Amino acid sequence: MDWIGEIPESLKSIKIRRILSQAISFGLIVTSALMIWKALMCWTGSESPVVVVLTGSMEPGFARGDILFLHMNKDPIRAGEIVVYNVEGRDIPIVHRVIKVHEARDTGEDYILTKGDNNDYDDIGLYAKDQLWLQRHHIMGKVIGFLPYVGYGTIIMTDLPIIKYILTGALVLLILTSKD
Amino acid sequence: MHSFGYRANALVTFAVTILAIMCTMASFSDNFNSPSPTARVQVLSINRFQKQIHGNDEVTMTLNISMDLQSLFTWNTKQVFVFVAAEYETPKNSLNQISLWDGIIPSKENAKFSIHTSNKYRFIDQGSNLRGKEFNLTLHWHVMPKTGKMSADKIVMTGYRLPVDYR
Repeated sequence: MDWIGEIPESLKSIKIRRILSQAISFGLIVTSALMIWKALMCWTGSESPVVVVLTGSMEPGFARGDILFLHMNKDPIRAGEIVVYNVEGRDIPIVHRVIKVHEARDTGEDYILTKGDNNDYDDIGLYAKDQLWLQRHHIMGKVIGFLPYVGYGTIIMTDLPIIKYILTGALVLLILTSKD
Repeated sequence: MHSFGYRANALVTFAVTILAIMCTMASFSDNFNSPSPTARVQVLSINRFQKQIHGNDEVTMTLNISMDLQSLFTWNTKQVFVFVAAEYETPKNSLNQISLWDGIIPSKENAKFSIHTSNKYRFIDQGSNLRGKEFNLTLHWHVMPKTGKMSADKIVMTGYRLPVDYR
């Protein structure tokens, strides 16, 4: 009469194995995404190698939802280049074009003024209080290439956060219930 | 095995792959274009040349800018951003670049023109080094593709020497 007790025991172990293998495949997906992101960071030298355009200030060149690829190296920044910069007190990085550069002879530091192609005025009003120039430590990267529309999903998700939760939930469910 | 989910997944993956290949090819095809743009920029007059209260020199001028950038356009070109910069050295700065005028050229038909304009952005030095200063006028352009890699180049033109005295 021992075998009656054995059947549920083996069923249980199958279930545990399945849950374990699903957890591993889930972990694999997350870590490989992380690896690709970190590898891109190393390769481009930018802390954020891919950004999505959130405003129309660079129209008609870049529209909302376009994806930009960034690159950062030791080369000095020059007028005409499109840079992504951070300003203290602002969460969202800004993508604008450099219109003025002053490079100090003794330190090599660049003092930069930017402007959006579609804006009427330069960016001094966007900078922190009493800040007249951007310097190298404000710059996250230079734009080297772009893909149109691909980032529109991100914009929808920032505008309507509920969609983000529904999508994440659906994805997690899909991964957990997939059979192989 | 042949569920709706699997078929939808295969279809989307295939579509995205094809799209990515086409974007890459479109971007790559730009390499076969060897442009030969021409441009001329002239300083017609110096209108104002003063030292600001903060001690920085400011100059306003009238420019005549003519160019033919038609050869920059290919089928993958969305627009060309073009600007004229004054570039000069001072004792304090090893490079000063000041954009004097810029424009967006949306199509090949608009890429050959001549305009008469005063400087669009303020020409202000960091300091007061502009009296008698000679600067280079450079026409830069940045090609924005419909997709893919951006490219840029420039033509350095004859310089201009600012007057020795404020006016």
